[in-house]
Amino acid sequence: MNWWLIALVIVVVLVFAWYLSTTAGRLDRLHRRIETSTFALDAQLLRRSSVAIELSVAEVLDPASSELIAETAHDARQSIDADVMQRIAAESALSEVLMQALDDVDEVNLLREDPLAADLLDELSASIRRVELCRRFLNDAVLACGQIHEHRLVRWFRLAGHTPVPTTWEMDDRPPQGLGIIGS
Amino acid sequence: MSSGLRIGMVCPYVWDVPGGVRSHVADLSAELRLRGHFVDILAPLDDESPVAHEVTNGGKPIAVRYNGSIARLNFGLRATRQARRWIQEGNFDLIHVHEPVAPGLSLLSIWVADGPIVATWHSSNPHSRILASVNRLAQTAMEKISGRIAVSEDARRTLVAHVGGDAVLIPNGVRLQSFHAPGAHPAFNTPGHSLLFLGRLDESRKGLAVLLDAMPAIIAGDPLAHLYVAGPGEVDEIRDELAPEIRDHITFLGLVSEAEKAQALHTADVYIAPNTGAESFGIVLIEAMAAGTAVLAADLPAFARVLHDGKAGQLFANENSAALADAALALLADPAERARLVAAGSDRVRRFDWDVVVDDVLAVYESVTASGEQVTADLRGQIIGRFGNSLGQGGR
Repeated sequence: MNWWLIALVIVVVLVFAWYLSTTAGRLDRLHRRIETSTFALDAQLLRRSSVAIELSVAEVLDPASSELIAETAHDARQSIDADVMQRIAAESALSEVLMQALDDVDEVNLLREDPLAADLLDELSASIRRVELCRRFLNDAVLACGQIHEHRLVRWFRLAGHTPVPTTWEMDDRPPQGLGIIGS
Repeated sequence: MSSGLRIGMVCPYVWDVPGGVRSHVADLSAELRLRGHFVDILAPLDDESPVAHEVTNGGKPIAVRYNGSIARLNFGLRATRQARRWIQEGNFDLIHVHEPVAPGLSLLSIWVADGPIVATWHSSNPHSRILASVNRLAQTAMEKISGRIAVSEDARRTLVAHVGGDAVLIPNGVRLQSFHAPGAHPAFNTPGHSLLFLGRLDESRKGLAVLLDAMPAIIAGDPLAHLYVAGPGEVDEIRDELAPEIRDHITFLGLVSEAEKAQALHTADVYIAPNTGAESFGIVLIEAMAAGTAVLAADLPAFARVLHDGKAGQLFANENSAALADAALALLADPAERARLVAAGSDRVRRFDWDVVVDDVLAVYESVTASGEQVTADLRGQIIGRFGNSLGQGGR
């Protein structure tokens, strides 16, 4: 028996095990990041649709905008339990209606003279910016995770367990021009 | 975010020496403290200087070649241990590191920490060899960052090219308050229109030469125009080389204090930024707009962005003295256009007010701390910890 060969095999196996364990660790951490970001995005989307509904019933906007905002915001809330693609579509529709309704800085500034409207618009701006941030952070984590998932060894050794490859959250989150939020 | 956060802030560059990243970290931390948050800064210190009480000493840095110049950074086992102890004892809700790719305390802090991590990219060096070859360990560290911020579009591109993914854009903050109504500068005593240049006189990329070449044409078109030049350099040498017909139309103010700078910007009719390159942000343009001056700048990409593609200040073809002279003369002859630029400028700079910037940074903090998880020491960085971790994962 060649002891050197056995020693070599043991070393190779140990290095390989170490490699697999760190890769599994990286995956685990990325999955946690995705969970946190999804949770945060979820909370901000809910916050956004709630403020939108409040804005639609506050009688500060024209009746057509109010009605459309109320309806799309309601749809967005209803889509929480639907599948991801449906939810993304509903949230994007809300973004579009808000963009249309609040597209003019001067008009929005006039609305702000009413303190109640000003509060609601500030709250809406805050949630819109945070939706954008959370979505960006979520997609970053998803992309990094996807790269590791694709790795041959990760698939062969099922390091990701049975977790599916996560998908990026591709929604329209452009802010309404009138709110003066500078997106990135 | 009702209660205050415990924030661990990391600056990789030595605290005793002034610099862009260092002053950003100092200002950001001060603003966060004003809002009731706890901020502990970890930064390298040269010695137990009087500033030592402001920051946690990250150790003495070592001079190394990095990014094409000599940088002083911290690395090695002792620095790693120091960073780990800081994380363990800090009990932070999140850590915010600056310039995370630089091989110093920022990278080390990410390496030894686990939990919500925010990182800000400052520099834009598209050709950096070191940034391009981010190794596997550094890549692993980058994966731990939950929220990435870039201070400029250029910094963001650098990040995307070298690390992948994307970042949110949050610009550098400027303390606008000190530029509001600073009063007139006493040295501005000429009867006609006044132009202002700010910057080192002998640094060619600040572009003083481009402006001096434009002066004869400017004087020809507006005989009472006067140029004020503020900044350190060999004044006598430059004055001797000036053509006699423009010598009397230029006043050198020398090195000015922050307060004098605000006054000079406020008093001048037009601030001219003839910089020829290597500007990634252009803070001085923001200061000029905040002080209520019409801005005329070279059309560098960074300047064009700060000036909102010419809407908040005029642009001229870079390094083109004739174009500069034409634009300056047109601007001096048109008070309505200057007033329009000043109004657009004061609107534009609100985005860069520390108040607004800190709101945005706090929104990032809120996004990454949503789960309520705290920062802990990552034991994977240690041999023993790595074994413990492997066992832990095997048992799952």
